[in-house]
Amino acid sequence: MGLDINTKKAKKNAFRIGKVRGEGASRIRVPGGYLKAEILGLVQEIAEKYGNGIVHLTTRQGFEIEGIRLEDMDAINEMLQPIIELLDINQENRGTGYPASGTRNVCACIGNNVCPFANYDTSQFAKRIEKEIFPNDLHFKIALTGCPNDCGKVRLHDFGIIGMTMPQYDPSRCVSCKACIKGCKSLSVDALRMENYKIIRDEEKCIGCGVCVTKCPTRAFTRSKKKYYKLTLMGRTGKRNPRLGEDFLLWTDEDTIVKIILNTYRFVKEYIDPKAPGGKEHIGYIIDRVGFAEYKKWALEGVGLLPETKMKECVYWNGVHFDR
Amino acid sequence: MGYQVSREAADRVFEQLGQDYDVFAPKVFAGEGCFSDTDVIRYGKVNTLDEIEWERRSDYSFKEVLLAVNETLFYFTENETTVPSCGEKKILIFLKSCDLHALKKLDTIYLENGPEDFYYKRLREKASFVLMGCSETCENGFCASMGTNRSEDYDLYLRLSGETVSIDCKDPDLQAYFEKEDGKACDVTPGYVTENAEKVTLPKNLSVDSFAKPIWEEYGSRCIGCGRCNFVCPTCTCFTMQDILYRDNENVGERRRVWASCQVDGYTEIAGGVDFRKTQGERMRFKVMHKIYDFEKRFGYPMCVGCGRCDTVCPEYISYASLIDKLAKEEA
Repeated sequence: MGLDINTKKAKKNAFRIGKVRGEGASRIRVPGGYLKAEILGLVQEIAEKYGNGIVHLTTRQGFEIEGIRLEDMDAINEMLQPIIELLDINQENRGTGYPASGTRNVCACIGNNVCPFANYDTSQFAKRIEKEIFPNDLHFKIALTGCPNDCGKVRLHDFGIIGMTMPQYDPSRCVSCKACIKGCKSLSVDALRMENYKIIRDEEKCIGCGVCVTKCPTRAFTRSKKKYYKLTLMGRTGKRNPRLGEDFLLWTDEDTIVKIILNTYRFVKEYIDPKAPGGKEHIGYIIDRVGFAEYKKWALEGVGLLPETKMKECVYWNGVHFDR
Repeated sequence: MGYQVSREAADRVFEQLGQDYDVFAPKVFAGEGCFSDTDVIRYGKVNTLDEIEWERRSDYSFKEVLLAVNETLFYFTENETTVPSCGEKKILIFLKSCDLHALKKLDTIYLENGPEDFYYKRLREKASFVLMGCSETCENGFCASMGTNRSEDYDLYLRLSGETVSIDCKDPDLQAYFEKEDGKACDVTPGYVTENAEKVTLPKNLSVDSFAKPIWEEYGSRCIGCGRCNFVCPTCTCFTMQDILYRDNENVGERRRVWASCQVDGYTEIAGGVDFRKTQGERMRFKVMHKIYDFEKRFGYPMCVGCGRCDTVCPEYISYASLIDKLAKEEA
């Protein structure tokens, strides 16, 4: 008897159907790329028992256990259970593996647990988003990065979240050493200048990277108590029109971002091409089709922006067109 | 000889003191550290004993209470100058033994080194000092090596332990506040550390010949000239002058003195553009030799008190303690 497998179900269950007949791979999502080391041991066990001993570190910060036999999927799902629980992944039925794969793992740079430049704890925010959106079959890609260096390459994602801080300046602690000015000029956007020995920050130019804060030797520049974010939209790779995500909101907050992402799921359900192959259509192409104004209406439903948030009224994308 | 009062009584006294004193102590400024979600401990005004950080050494020293980062010396209009007032209240400063020793160095520079400094003196005269003991050595501190781990020169010593507060008061003015409360007489000795993880030996034979040592360039090549070591140091006293002409009326303005750092560009630059110490190596040499050689030659004791703040704050992991220890080893 030949192998009788529902490949659509298998893919939804986070298995890849490989090129070698009867073989595939098991995909493990790790929100924020943040995991306890003991999970590595569990991954190793599966790879050695059911795979070919090789594990691929995926581009979305997950693991892909190579060379598994497709008939072993149920047994592998049993072994995935402790990993799913340790990573606190939403799941309907224990022991059945991942309930969806369309909404991809939420990626994050290392963030402020380690990095001196990061403006927030990227993994924790990634985990919060994961809890809100997973499981879902719709094709969403979200990534977070700690600062505008964008080591997380979040502008290649549907939603890119970039950490910002609103520099707080106390002139009475400033010694006019110019460390902030030099730092801003050489590492960032040259938004600072000195007048009467004190710093003037060009608020239009400032991108909230926080370099002035890390450079300041006297704590004249400090971070805002509130954490701010830049939200970029609809970056993508792919065959037709790869492009970088564009700024939508500047100086926004976590709650707003979560609401907009959830609203976007509703928007996609309404407007996705019913004939999209595998029920999978990049959100960006849907927005291209229905127009940004309509998307914005859905995205901002029930959202109250902070008074300091700057919103781009319209967003235009460029990128490379292979489809014209 | 000291005594104990209840925590409640101490809180009452503290409230009373607040009527007559501005109280400054190390405080945790949450989220205001260099990196995100980090704190900084520095001096600020406090209203209750709970606001004070008792255990950890402050990142920045007490010196900013007596020597403001920015101090307006006078305001000027076309024909007149006005000296700003310095407040009615007396000042109470909580500090640790190393910083109390540093106070002596500040006094030396500002009161005993030529003409007395008017601005320092007017604050110093109304300041009293509350010693906070140390239960264990701080990171990088080498007070025991510098002989600054103990101090008797306090006006008041306070130790909080649960519901009781131990007190030793040497200042009659402060004593009066405590006399209103029932106290139990007992021996109170300030807590201090007898040993640090860091042990530093000072070189004994530095001279101008030491300028040629390669160690300055070794360390200088690693230094980024940010000046943090100076700004956190309780004994660095350098300032620079700034004349500010108000933007809307250039006939009116003020003269300020502002903290300066011998490691930051511009410190040795003079009119005409001459810069005496251009390299970080030269600046490092100047700083280190000033701390443990020049000052001592002039006043009879080293300037450094071994608080270790400069080592802790350096973003390039330059250890001043290790540098001077290496200098001593080179002599051996």
